[in-house]
Amino acid sequence: MLKIIKLFVNGKEEEVAIDERESLADVLRYRLGITSVKKGCEVGECGACTVLVDREAVDSCIYLALWAEGKHILTVEGLKSPTGELSEIQQAFVDAAAVQCGFCTPGIIMSAVEIIEKQKSYSREELKKMISGHLCRCTGYENIITALEGLVNKE
Amino acid sequence: MYDLGSIYQARAIEDAIRALRERPGSKLINGGTDVLVQVREGRLAGVSLVSIHNLEELKGVRLEADGTIVIGSGTTFSQITGNAIIQKYIPMLGEAVDQVGGPQIRNVGTIGGNVCNGVTSADSGSTLMVYNAVMVVQGSEGIRHISIHDWYAGPSKTVLKPDEVLLNIQIRKEDYEGYTGQYLKYGKRQAMEIATLGCGVLVKLSADKEKAGDIRIAFGVAGPNPLRCRQTEEACRQRPVNRETALFISEQVLREIKPRDSWRASKEFREQIASEYAKRAFIQAVAKQGGEIDA
Repeated sequence: MLKIIKLFVNGKEEEVAIDERESLADVLRYRLGITSVKKGCEVGECGACTVLVDREAVDSCIYLALWAEGKHILTVEGLKSPTGELSEIQQAFVDAAAVQCGFCTPGIIMSAVEIIEKQKSYSREELKKMISGHLCRCTGYENIITALEGLVNKE
Repeated sequence: MYDLGSIYQARAIEDAIRALRERPGSKLINGGTDVLVQVREGRLAGVSLVSIHNLEELKGVRLEADGTIVIGSGTTFSQITGNAIIQKYIPMLGEAVDQVGGPQIRNVGTIGGNVCNGVTSADSGSTLMVYNAVMVVQGSEGIRHISIHDWYAGPSKTVLKPDEVLLNIQIRKEDYEGYTGQYLKYGKRQAMEIATLGCGVLVKLSADKEKAGDIRIAFGVAGPNPLRCRQTEEACRQRPVNRETALFISEQVLREIKPRDSWRASKEFREQIASEYAKRAFIQAVAKQGGEIDA
C-alpha cells in the first residue's frame, strides 16, 4: 500500500508516495532519482548508501523511508554551490586523488560532511575510526584519509 | 524493498503496547540496525513490525535527584557516548558502545535494541552487568523493574514479554560512585565487528588505593548470555592491588565462564582471550583510579 510522506531532500520539500516496506535508499534512488546514493551490501556494512538524516550520517539501506517523514536528508547532490561548483570537501577529494572507481565516494563524502561540521581537528588514527563504516574496494584509503586530514586540520 | 508484513508506527508507548497486543507475532523495531538486517537475511522475512523509532519519550539520558542515571531505551550509541552525564559518571558505558559497528550504525542503533535482542555479544552487555543495571519495562499489565542479572533467558532470549516495551535502563548511584571500569572487546577487525569476546571490569579501591574494595567482572560471548564471575569477585575483595591479584583473576575467571566453539573462534581461544582480557581490564580499571600495577 502506498503512503504519502513529506520530507526535505537537499533543502527542497518533497511529497512522495512510498511503499512502507521501502528503505530510504530505495526511495531516494528510485522515486527521487538521487543516484549518488549507492546500494552496495544492503546490510549496513559498506557505507556506500550513507546520507545525512538531520545532520547525522546513517546507512540509508537499513533505514525505513517512513522514518524520514519531516526530516532533512542531505546527499552529495545537495553539496554543490548554486553555480554548480564542487564543494570544498569534493574538491579536496579530487586534489588528493581520493577517488578511484568512485562507488564508495559519495557515502564517504557524506561522512566527511558530518566530521567537518564538528569543527574539530583529528589525527589520522581518529579519522580512520570515523570513516570505519565505509569500505573502499579499490582500497584507496590512504588518499581518502589524506583528503580528510587536509580538511579538518586547515588553519 | 524489504520482505515485511505490516508496519505500524506507534505514536506513544501505550500505543506501541496496544499494537503489540493486537498484532501477535509482531516485532518491535527502534533503530533497526539488527532487525532490518535479519529481515534482509531472511531470518525475519515477512515479519510485521511495530516501530518506536521516532518516539522522543524513549530518548535521552537524565540524572535523578537520588543520583540514579536513567538512560532511555531509544537513546542511540553515539548519543550515549557524547552525553555529558555518561562521560562524567559512567564513562565505561560510553566507551563500550563506541565500539559497536561503525559510526553510521552508532548514529541509529539504540542501547535498548542492544539488550532486547538478547545476544551475548552486545557491547553494552558486560558493562550493564557490572553496573547492576535495572531494566524498566512497560506492558499491558503495568511497569516492571528487572535486574540485568534476571534479564537474559538463553541465547538471543530475554524475559521481555511479547507486549512489553523497554522504557529505560537505570544505574544506581551506589553502583557507580567511586568506581572506575574498563571494557575490552576482542575482534579480528578494529571496526564493523561483532565481539569474539568482550570483558568488562569495574573496581572500587580502598582509600589508600592499596586494596580492592569491590571488584566486578563480566564477560560477553563467554556463555549463552553476558555473565558475571561472582566467585572470582568474592575471592578478590580486600586483596592487595598488585600483579599477583591480576594473575589470580586471569586464572580464576576460567572456572566461571562457559565459552563454546563457533565459526569466529574456538573455545580454547576464547578462554585464552578471556583470561588475558580480565587481567588487562582489571589493570586498566585500577589505573583509572590512581592505582598502579606493574604487569
